[in-house]
This record gives sequence, structure tokens and C-alpha cells, in this order.
Amino acid sequence: MSAPLTSLDRPNSYIGRSVPRPNAKRLLAGRGRYVSDLRLPRMLHAAFLRSPHAHAKIISIDVAQARALEGVHLVAIGADLAKICTPWTGTLDHFKGMTSAPQLPLPLDRVVWAGQAVVAVVAESRAIAEDALELIEIDYEDLPVVADIDSAREAGGPLINPGSGNNVCFRSQLDNGSVDDAFAHAAHVVEEEFCFGRHTAVTLEPRAIVAEYDPAAGALTVHHATQTPYQFQDLYSRHYGIPEARVRVIATDIGGSFGMKLHVYHEDMAVVGLSILLGRPVKYVADRMESFVSDIHARDHRVRARMALDAEGEILAMDVLDLTAIGAFSTYPRTSVVEGNQVIRLMGAPYRFKNYRATLEVIFQNKVQTSQYRAVGHPIACAVTERLVDMAAVKLGLDPLAIRAQNLIADDAYPQTSPTGYRFEALSHQACLKRLHEIMDYDALRAEQAELRKSGVYHGIGIAAFVEITNPSPAFYGVGGARISSQDGAILSLTPSGEVRCLISVTEQGQGTEAIISQIVADQLGLAQEHVKVITGDTEVTPHGGATWACRGAGIGGETALQAARALRRNILEIAALILQEQPSALDIIDGEVVDAGTRNQRMPISEIARIAYFRSDTLPPGTQAQLTVSHHFAPQGYPFAFTNGIQGCSLEVDVETGFIKMLKHFIVEDCGRVINPMLVDEQLRGGIVQGLGAALFEECRYSETGQLVNGSLADYLVPMPMEMPDIVIAHVETPTADTELGAKGCGEAGTAAASACVLNAVNDALTPFNATINSIPITPAKVLKALKRF
Amino acid sequence: MKARAFSYFRAATIDQALDARARAGDDARFIAGGQSLVPALSLRLQAPRLLIDITHISELRGVRREGGYLRIGALTRHCEMLSEPLIAEFAPLLHAAAPFVAHPAIRNRGTFGGSVAHADPASEFPAMTLALGAEIEIIGPSGGRRVKADDFFVDLFETALQPGELITAVFVPLFKADQRFAFDELARRRGDYALVGCGMLATSTGERIDDIRISFFSVGNTPTRVKGTEATLIGSSLGAERIAAAQAALEGDLAPPDSDEVPPAMRLHLARVLLGRMLGRLGERA
Amino acid sequence: MSGFDESLLDDADETVRVRFVVNGRKVACEVAPRETLVDCLRNALELTGTHAGCEMGACGACLVQLDGQAVHACLMFTVQADGARIDTIEGLTESGVIADLQAEFHRRNALQCGFCTPGMLVNAHELLSRVTQPSREEIRDALSGNYCRCTGYEAIVDAIDAVAKARSESGGAT
Repeated sequence: MSAPLTSLDRPNSYIGRSVPRPNAKRLLAGRGRYVSDLRLPRMLHAAFLRSPHAHAKIISIDVAQARALEGVHLVAIGADLAKICTPWTGTLDHFKGMTSAPQLPLPLDRVVWAGQAVVAVVAESRAIAEDALELIEIDYEDLPVVADIDSAREAGGPLINPGSGNNVCFRSQLDNGSVDDAFAHAAHVVEEEFCFGRHTAVTLEPRAIVAEYDPAAGALTVHHATQTPYQFQDLYSRHYGIPEARVRVIATDIGGSFGMKLHVYHEDMAVVGLSILLGRPVKYVADRMESFVSDIHARDHRVRARMALDAEGEILAMDVLDLTAIGAFSTYPRTSVVEGNQVIRLMGAPYRFKNYRATLEVIFQNKVQTSQYRAVGHPIACAVTERLVDMAAVKLGLDPLAIRAQNLIADDAYPQTSPTGYRFEALSHQACLKRLHEIMDYDALRAEQAELRKSGVYHGIGIAAFVEITNPSPAFYGVGGARISSQDGAILSLTPSGEVRCLISVTEQGQGTEAIISQIVADQLGLAQEHVKVITGDTEVTPHGGATWACRGAGIGGETALQAARALRRNILEIAALILQEQPSALDIIDGEVVDAGTRNQRMPISEIARIAYFRSDTLPPGTQAQLTVSHHFAPQGYPFAFTNGIQGCSLEVDVETGFIKMLKHFIVEDCGRVINPMLVDEQLRGGIVQGLGAALFEECRYSETGQLVNGSLADYLVPMPMEMPDIVIAHVETPTADTELGAKGCGEAGTAAASACVLNAVNDALTPFNATINSIPITPAKVLKALKRF
Repeated sequence: MKARAFSYFRAATIDQALDARARAGDDARFIAGGQSLVPALSLRLQAPRLLIDITHISELRGVRREGGYLRIGALTRHCEMLSEPLIAEFAPLLHAAAPFVAHPAIRNRGTFGGSVAHADPASEFPAMTLALGAEIEIIGPSGGRRVKADDFFVDLFETALQPGELITAVFVPLFKADQRFAFDELARRRGDYALVGCGMLATSTGERIDDIRISFFSVGNTPTRVKGTEATLIGSSLGAERIAAAQAALEGDLAPPDSDEVPPAMRLHLARVLLGRMLGRLGERA
Repeated sequence: MSGFDESLLDDADETVRVRFVVNGRKVACEVAPRETLVDCLRNALELTGTHAGCEMGACGACLVQLDGQAVHACLMFTVQADGARIDTIEGLTESGVIADLQAEFHRRNALQCGFCTPGMLVNAHELLSRVTQPSREEIRDALSGNYCRCTGYEAIVDAIDAVAKARSESGGAT
């Protein structure tokens, strides 16, 4: 790591500086350009008729009346799209033995969840399309519904995929050390069963897509509110048989994403097909009711876990069974088993122990598919681990902070391999724990808690340490056969007027990708940030790359930008050296001026170099070809993943008469490696924490026994709103990764990873005087009152 | 989520509105603030052929004293319950309930008469008309009438309003010096429908309760007055024992519906807790 | 307006002419009665700064000012707004009345994806025109119907709080 990276006292030192996002002003003025805003000439609108049944055979579909309605251009059923779209299967090779049925945009003969799109209508307006939906008649024959984990696993029970022997999608086992032996000799064992409700992303802008097929050019343009345009370029090309170079995917402003907008959705695939069938642009924006039954859901795990400790409170072993129910399919192309896989591999991650055994069983059921959503698996692994640690502390009579201080991996003990098989380069649990103790004023909180209890006020304090997995190498998807890139690409140009344009494959959903990339480029080149323009999200323009997921934007995208900027800087200085008759090494760039590296005396603005190179190349020495555009790719090497860590704490009040929980304050100490923009990192942490608090207290997709989602509207599904959310105190520890020059590791999921675990521990802490426990989230008033036996 | 096609008529007078309704038949709906009706239309849960907009009928506006009552025009917006001095002075229970009704932007548009006519059993205002002993003024094809709030709420979203009738105003007895009130609710998030909510109005001599009207919402198919519970309180002061008796009596007054998230026993428990807390506060104000 | 004409009943799909003042300019617009105000603003008038997040008044993304008050544009039909004055994020921006709020939101990064932002600003503007020195609790209460999935709300509360303080220090002028 070169010294200027951390120094903020020279001009253009942007790495580590809180600067506002240049692209946010547009959004503040109402000038965002979201896909839902888009109107194209001759554009039509799609709507979908959805299955009211969770599992049924399609006997017949009558669309005659719908086709006849004025303003309707096309009514398509499964067979119509199956003629032009090849099926997809949501499995990956490295998940040995996993199965999933092939999927098509619309089903041919069977529906497998309530809300599944069955018929598509394309009309002049969305309203007319919805009129037409009311005229379609479908005759269904009910099939037995598999509506939960238990009925899915029942021997001889109904099967979701005819011909398969059971409803199991995937099974996996880990066994390291001697677990049985450790438990046999343990002084203390704590054991519990935990339930994690289904929830969903609820991006404020629902899924939106405009597909435009031009039959004359044989070219497809898709304006798609997605995190991963390159992945979709590949998928649309392969499944519709259009050469990749003639498929363009444009992802402009996106109204929230959080992992939800990188999966293949049946409607989105259908809309591409509808546009091909019509040769016209077709727009589809899911309405909120559709979002709830068609966006991926997440979680839905039941975990049985136990932890063995010795007499002094040293953790010896963990033994875990994770049952998770997905949908009737595994999601394409990233599958629906990654969450479970991360649950069993992140279990116990912050702690020093050797013996670990886990079984994962991923089960089909007749609900909408689950898949990766912010903090995939982390909240479950974290809550199970941290709750067991708290239970052990109670058993041993230790303070929650003390048992963690005793068991968290020492900061000087790296590299370290977890008993689940992850390799940690360098983490800072102990430093984070110390810092948390300070920022919480932990001892004062405990004193206040004791005092208030005397007057019948029950405060709870919760602590949760976490490890977050980021910056994945091809080990994540590529090795399984998925065409999902783990590298990123950037094209950097010095413009004729001496500014810099950066085309980069990472994408922006509001987290500030474009801001941090411009900070890195400006920092490395020696330019004012406003002279760097970053362009993202258009496969025709930006180089192929992984784009944005798994917190890879800063770590991988940022490193790509850093290396590209250094390459461009070298090229600029080479030309400058020729013009100034110096050695390139004797020159530097500061604030857009080429300067003497030693004296920092200004020699020539880089705009002058650009002018000469572009317009007066005749004045350069013969044979000189100025390379003022560089392209650069970077794929992570070294560790297969980066890991970040941190610890969260919270204080809350439980009203033991009503079961209501009031969040008082939340705290986080986080180590995401190099911090590029502290303000944006803090925003990621706060937003992530609030998503975790939503999961802890409010959010759950509730289903009836017949597989109907009973709270699928924004009035009934409770998202966290401003009044109930606490202020959040943040502190940082910085342990940069040595795998990159930049050293950034990512921060997007850290908040969500441990927030719900904190609340779970805090609520149980508050209920200690009542000998009541809760091990299920969301923690609703009903669960609190039940635990307290109030009704 | 787009409404089915309908026609729209903006009435300038009550007569115009009633005439349009009479001629269009049962396929017509009056619309005022529309904060509940518009989503129902967008979801196609309702699909009238005609919407008759009554918000421009000046006869339905205004808050004024009339005899021993405060006459609250049907078009009075929820936000006016907060800003109108006459409400604060003469119907303070409505003033106290208003901040709990949805969110500011909804309150800017939603109307009092619309809320009462909609008769959502989870809404604050319909239940408060019961606690206040209000009277609902109705006009229809066969003329006008006043219905006591006690007789107005019939069943789930069903009221004494006959087809073609609309509410013109709600008459609330003026708040008196010997009266006390309380309002509270248990909602999981600010502005949500409450798990249980309650308003009460007591007339007392010193600490002794001479009369009390207590009305719950979110406890059944209609806003619910708890007369058995009220009876346990009349004639004595609000001591702990009396409050406990009232809490116990609730079971006879309430039969909360089965719901997947809030079992009847839990709702009854919450109603008891809420009642106890509110009576406690009411007692402190004596 | 004259009395009811029964022929209306047969013309449910026919558009009607609506006139209003949008962002300070008189506008006439042909709309179907069933078209909500948010759809009309976004489609016919191309004012796409007003967003549709839930179409049932639960998210606050579609807030606009109707005759000076914040309302959900998804909870009314355009025909109901005939004769009204409507101000959207575009108009509020151009007139400069929320410039300080926008600057403070920017400075503190009180937005991420930006989809909730216009609604947040409309509501914040209304709050500060009613209450000059709201507490943090009052700010959160005023925003209680505005959903943001990205920020966790704190920066939004901070920004509004800071603007309220700055405005009252400068004598309440905006």
C-alpha cells in the first residue's frame, strides 16, 4: 500500500474522505431516470394473469374474449413462449446432487405457487391489459399443496415435482474435528431450535423492464432495473438465441435492489419474448401486489443447534441442522441453496473452536422461490451463534461481553481457517469488541437496566459479533458453471479537454458506486473529483464484469478502477515526459497539473497534454502513439473471498403487558477494510441495520395452510418505518486486505448480518426476570406475550 | 393495479348528488376524500360504473355550534380535526384521536363523514362517534334524518345508511367542564391500523364517575361500545379495584374475531391492558 | 356544473378534459376518469419525479402538493383534481422553495436510490411550513408514512433537523 492512499492532506486525496455523491443531485430534483419512467415510441404494456392456486393442474385456458378486447395486441400462454425460449434450470455443478425442475417463462400445464404468472396480455395501456385479464378463463384442477417444511418432508406426502422421490432440492454436510467427543466431554451444552420467517426485499421501485426487439436488425435492447446487466445480456442471448453482441442490457437508475434484482424472473423473461413476438417495445412494471407474490423471498429457515463449552466458558464445538424451505424451483442462475450453504459455513465464524458439524437440507414447497437477498444467510448464522453464546453466558454466569472477549478469535491469530472451511486473512473482533464497549457505554446501560427493572421497566441489551463474506472469486458461482463474472473491467479515457471518463462494469443502485469509483480514479490520477465522469450499467458501453452483488463493488470494482487509473496515469506521464523532456518517474500529477515529482512545481496541465495528443500529434516525437484510453480488468486472486467483521449492540425496551418492543439505540463497530467514503459506508451500515431490524421485529411473509400469502400488500406486510427505527451509533476499525492495492473489503451487508441477532438477544435479555425465552423472528407482540404467558 | 373504467360526475349540490345516484342506481358510489375507496377501486375490489364526487358540495363543509352540539360537516378533513379550534374545544376526543389516523398526507385528504360512512371497524373516528354519543345526519331520496351513533354501525362495513343516502354531518354533544376523555391505541407502527384502540368520555362529580362511554375499535366487525364494562365504573371513583373489575368485565362485551396474527385471547388481553392504562390516566385527571 | 347526464354512464372509457395549474402553469389534459393523478402526472405530463411505489397510499413515494397540501397522487383520480393547483418535485425544485432541503439531503447523503426522495421532500417541506422547530420525534412522526428501504432514515431526519435549525437561525426565511 503506498503512503498517499491514506493521507488526506494532499490535493485530490479522496480515498477516506466523506464527499457527497455527484449523481445524487439529479435524484433530489426528481430527475432520476428509472426504468419505470421510460416511454418508448410504439411501446406496449404487459400484465399477467396469476394463479390463485398454490398447486394445480391447468386443464384449459380460454383467451378468446381477452384477445378480442379493443387495445389488446397479444395474449400469450406458456406454449407460445416455449416456442422461442429455451428452458432454464436453477442448479450449479458445485452443489453436488442438487436438483430443480426446468422452468419456462409461463407454465405449460401446472402451476406451483399462488401468484405464478400463467397468461400474459400485451395492450395499449396497463389498464386495458388488466381489463383483458378479467376476461380470461382458466380451468384448474387442484393438486395437493406443500405449504411448509414439515409437510414437505413427510414420508409419502405430496410431491412438488412428479417423478422425484421426495421434495429435497439439496443436502450438504460438514464435519470437522471430533464433534461427538467434544459434546461428550463438555462441561456445558446449550441447545435450541430457531425459526426465521420468510421476508422479502420490498424495494420501493418494484421490478421494471422494457424489452425492445428490433426484427429488422435482429437486435434486442432491454432496459432492465437490474444489478447485473451482463448476466442478463448472456441469459437473454442464450435463451432466445440472439447473438450476444446484438443483445444490449441497460440498467439506469434503480429504485433499490438489495440482491432481489439479479435473479431471473418469469415475467421478465416473458416480456423479452413478448417483444420478440410483437417486434415492439413492451414494458412491464410489477405492481406492489405482484411484487409480494413474485419477487424472491428470503430466509425461511428452521435451525436446530447446540454448542459445547468447557467449564471455563471456552467454546468447544457446534452441531447444527438447518432446514430451509425454498419455492417449487431453485432460482436461476444463482440457485436457492446459497443461503443455506452460507448459513452452515458462517455459523460460529467469529469464534475460536475446532469441532463443527452441520447438515443442510434445502426443501421444495409450493411458494414463490427464495433466493439471495441482502446478507444471504448471515442473519441466520449470526442469530443462532450469538443466541447460543448468550445462553451459554447465562449458564456460566458470565457477562455477554466477557464470554465474547474470551472466545472471539484474537486479532493477532491470523491467518485462520474456520472449522467450516473459510480462510480468514485478517479480522479484528477483539478491537471491535473493545470499541463497542466504549461507544455503548455498556456498563452504564447495564446499571440503568438494573435500576429500571425495580420500577417494572424492562430494558434489554443485545450484542452480536459477525463475519461478512465479500469479494467472491470464481469459487462462488463460476466453478459451478454459472456465467457470472467475478472480475470487473474498466475503460478510462483522458478526454480532449483533460477530464477523465470511466466506463466500469460495477453498477449503481444508490449505494454510491459511481461516487467511490470517481473518488478512486481522481485520487490515483491526481484530479479534482468533478473532472471524473463515471458511466455504468450499459452492456453496449461498459466492459463485461460481475457488476454489483456480494459487496464486491468497492473491493473488486474499486481495485479495477485503481489499477486502470494507475495505467492511464503512466500513459499520461509518458507523453508528458516526451513533451517536457523528462523521465516519467520525475513527474507526478496533482490537481490536473503535471508537476515535478520532487519539487511539485507545475509543469503543464494535463489538458494541454490531451490537446497535443489529440490535435497536434504531429508535434510529438516520431513513432509516438499516445494511449489516452486504457482498458483494464481485475479478478480477485489470493484468498477465494474477503471477509469483513464487526460487532453490533442494541438497547431496547419490552412492554411486558403489550408485548411491544421499542428500539432505543443501536450500535455498530465495523471493519470493512479500507474505507473509501466514510459517509457512504455509514449509510450502508444504517440502511443494512434497519433492514435487519425490520426482519427482527416486523417483516414476515405469512402464508395460509393452502399456500396463500395472506399479507401481500404494503399495508399488511410491515416494513420498518421512520417512527419505530432508532438512531444508530457507528465506529470503525480498519483492517485492509493485502490482496489488493486498495484494501477495501465491502460493507453492504454488515448491518443486516447482525442486527436481528442483536434484537433477539436483547429481547431475551429483557425477559430474563420472567424466565421467558424467544427464539424465533420476527419477534411479534404475539410471540412476546405467548412467551410471557399473558394470554 | 388499475381501476376498472367508470364515469365521473362532480356534484355541486346535495340534490345533484342524490339525483345522480338515484338515476345511476346501485352501480354508483359517492366519493369524498377517497383514501379508502381509491385503493379499493385500484385493486378492483369494487368496480362502480359511476363515481359521484361530493367534495365540492359546500353544504357538507364547515364546523359550527348548533344548539348543544358541534356540527361537523361530513367533508371536514382529518387534518382539520387537529387544526380547527372548535374541535379542540368542544370535541377534544376527536382532536386527540386525529394524530393516530393514518399519516399526515392521508389526513390532508380523508374526510370525517367518509370515515364514518366507510365504518371500518379498525378506524379511529367511527368508534369515537360511539364514545361521544354523536348523532349522524343523513340525507337521501326520502329526505333527511338523524341516527344515533349507537344505532349506526350494523355489521362489517355495514351501517344504517340506505342505498342512495349520504352523511351530511355528525353532531357531537359539546364537551362540558365536568367531562374527561382519553384516547389511546396499540399499533405496531405509527399510523397503522391498531391491534386494539379505545376512546372514552366520562362525566364525573369529583372523583365519582356519573356516566362513562367507552368505545373500542379493531375488536370485531364494528366499532364496539362496551356497555357492561361501562356499568362497572358508574357511581364510583377510578380506583385500582374498580379498574380491575372493568378489565374483567371486558370479556362479556368483546368477542374478538379469529385472526392469524392476533388470536382472540391476545386481543382481549390487549384491550384489558389498554383499558386499564386509560382508566388509570383518566383517574389521575380527576 | 350542471346536473347529471345519464349518457355519462355509457361512456365509462371516454376521456374527459381536465384543467389545472401544475407547477405554476395552466395545463389542460385529456384523461380517462379511472386514471389516477400519479399516472397522469407521470405519463401525460411527463413529470416522472413523482413515483408510484404501492398505489395504495402506504409508501409516500407519490406525494405531491394539492392546493398547498401534501397528498398521495395515487389516492386520487385526475378528474378529482380538476381546478386544483398541483406542485410536484419538479415545480418545487424550479421555484427554489426546497433548495435548502435538497442541499442538506445532498450534503448528508440522505438518500440512496432516490425513489422515496421526492415524497420525503414534499412531506419535509410541509412539516417545516407547519412547525418551525420540530423535535426529532416530530420529524419521524411526520415521515411515518414515507417508506425508505435504503437509508435507515437517520440521515433524512438529520437533514430536516438541520434545515429547520438553519431556517430559524436565519429568521425563518427559506
